[in-house]
Amino acid sequence: MGIRKPTANSKAQSGFMAVMKKELKRFFTDRRMVLTTILFPGLMIYLLYTVMGSALSSFTTVDEGYVPQVYAVGLPGSLEPLTGSAGLEFQAIDEGQVDAIKESIQNKEADLLLVFSPGFADLVADRLAGKTDALGTTPPSVELYFNSTRTESSNAYGTMAGILGAYKDASFPLFTVNAGDQTFDLASERDTAGFLFSSLLPMLMMLFLFSGSMAVAPESISGEKERGTIATMLVTPLKRWELALGKVVSISCIALLGGMSSFIGIMMSLPNLLGSLPEGANATLYSFGDYALLLLVILSTVLVFIGFISIISAWAKTVKEAGSLVMPLMILVMLVGAMAMFSQSAQQGLLFYLIPVYNSVQCMVGIFSFTSAPLAVAVTIGVNLLVSAACVFVLTKMLSSEKVIFAR
Amino acid sequence: MEKPQEEILRATGLSKTFRLSAKQQKIERTKDRERVAVDQLSFSAYSNEIYGLLGPNGAGKTTTLRMLATLIKPDSGDALVAGKSIVREPEQVRAHIGFLTSELKLEDFFTPNYLFDFFASLHAVVPERAAAQKKALFERFGIDEFAEVKVGNLSTGMKQKASLVISLVHDPDIIIFDEPTNGLDVITAKVVTDYLYELRGQGKTIILSTHIFSLVERLCDRVGIIIDGRMVADGSLAAICQGKCLEERFFDLYVKEAGEVA
Ligand SMILES: Nc1ncnc2c1ncn2[C@@H]1O[C@H](COP(=O)(O)OP(=O)(O)OP(=O)(O)O)[C@@H](O)[C@H]1O
Ligand SMILES: [Mg+2]
Repeated sequence: MGIRKPTANSKAQSGFMAVMKKELKRFFTDRRMVLTTILFPGLMIYLLYTVMGSALSSFTTVDEGYVPQVYAVGLPGSLEPLTGSAGLEFQAIDEGQVDAIKESIQNKEADLLLVFSPGFADLVADRLAGKTDALGTTPPSVELYFNSTRTESSNAYGTMAGILGAYKDASFPLFTVNAGDQTFDLASERDTAGFLFSSLLPMLMMLFLFSGSMAVAPESISGEKERGTIATMLVTPLKRWELALGKVVSISCIALLGGMSSFIGIMMSLPNLLGSLPEGANATLYSFGDYALLLLVILSTVLVFIGFISIISAWAKTVKEAGSLVMPLMILVMLVGAMAMFSQSAQQGLLFYLIPVYNSVQCMVGIFSFTSAPLAVAVTIGVNLLVSAACVFVLTKMLSSEKVIFAR
Repeated sequence: MEKPQEEILRATGLSKTFRLSAKQQKIERTKDRERVAVDQLSFSAYSNEIYGLLGPNGAGKTTTLRMLATLIKPDSGDALVAGKSIVREPEQVRAHIGFLTSELKLEDFFTPNYLFDFFASLHAVVPERAAAQKKALFERFGIDEFAEVKVGNLSTGMKQKASLVISLVHDPDIIIFDEPTNGLDVITAKVVTDYLYELRGQGKTIILSTHIFSLVERLCDRVGIIIDGRMVADGSLAAICQGKCLEERFFDLYVKEAGEVA
């Protein structure tokens, strides 16, 4: 067993490592902290989005076996086979009952009422036959009464209007639009899914990474300052930069785990949230390389977040104060993240990737939409590492400052 | 048995002025923008000695000790601690001192056992030596039973003992102790002061601050009396007292320095 000489070098290493280990031990041996910062975010997002998704879809779907209550006045026999296949059953009524049915539609008891103008079928036949005197008169008409606040009613309306439209086009086509079975949307399935992910995920990722960072950094820095435990370390030969770096690196690891848990939560709940996803829109859409890049971008982003929040936390006198001082930064990050929802593909200009936070969002947009440029990602990671190094430097200065440590 | 004394610490002209925040001005009902906390303070301390800084509230004792411990920088003046300057070589000074005050806390979440090892590694103490030191000190203070209890669950006295022990992980030659008996019951206080006396016997230098006369009389070899940041008397206990009791001498000096006792 070699005796470790307290040379400058070995001391430096052991101080940094000791701080790192202490921070990680503090976190991982505290079951409540692990639950609230790593497990819960992913779980909460999954549950929340799943509940939100099923609430959303219940607005637009009805029970499968439901038979709409449809009434018709003067239904032409030629229409009946068409409607039968759409699952609609008619109850023929006469004109005297129209008002009563309208009232029950208004009261959400009945769903749909069709009123065909007198002699509808004959007039249509005349016009089809090209009888000139028929073309000059007002065309036959159908009136569809429904209630848009009742899902079953508007569904029945939609179905019926569709049938009548198709019937009209089929009998007397002026021209057709997209008739036929081929695929007209030429976007590849991959692009459609990528577009969907790239408009949603960057903002969510930024949100979760930031809130993950906020859950740990103020507690670790303002908290230790507030409780007077940081000064205890400052009277040892521990170098200030070791303390600053040890804190930033270890807190970042924890925040990263929180962020990953959120990411998994999103990916798993997305199908539930959006009802049905486009074909191929799932986690396997992206290659291992995409995920590796994403991880690097996320890691460097977390370092930047933790760097900023650590400085604010060192400045604040209490955890509470740190929490409120961080809010403006959080709002800024959210706004920048929201911009991603409106970008079709990643920003092209390399200069934009010099701006922290914005560069991370654009990189994620790029990766999710398959439009990322390797150089842009490299610039982003480089810039983010530089920014976080600068933050560690500032934090080091702050920890050496009696005004920060013994602020009154 | 005692080794010959040598000068271990020398402070020369230490001064510190604080800028008062608006909030502080309000609390202290003063219009002064600045507060001279320590004013041209000079003194020396030797091995095999307990040196006491005696002074009323706000005299500048804590500020002086913080400067010696390199937690804050003097505006002017310097001090050599084990030959190292607190201004130019703060890191090396920190390697030679143990600093203990009630404001420096241990993290509630960890156990004394873990924290001892943690601070040993911050001081780069060789693991075998740290283990031996831990065993001896934990036994000496009865911490071994509580070694695996989180600090947050320890009694005030046990916390204080743990802090003391942990501030000594690296077996420092100089122990700086702000208000050593503050908040302790008489029994724990005696355990602590007895130990300080024991350390003195091992040739170490102990510098403590207090406003308790009896503590100085019982414990200190030499004493410096601070009033309003200035050293008004400095010397061996006998030289300062001149046959009177310490309390009487203090009030003589206080009236001379600060006028009436309000
Ligand atoms: N960080 C600071 N900012 C502003 N003023 C300070 C600061 N630290 C100390 N002071 C002021 O300096 C003066 C000396 O304070 P110090 O704590 O050194 O006194 P003390 O002798 O330790 O008193 P006590 O017996 O109350 O502990 C006091 O008036 C105090 O208010
Ligand atoms: Mg004090």
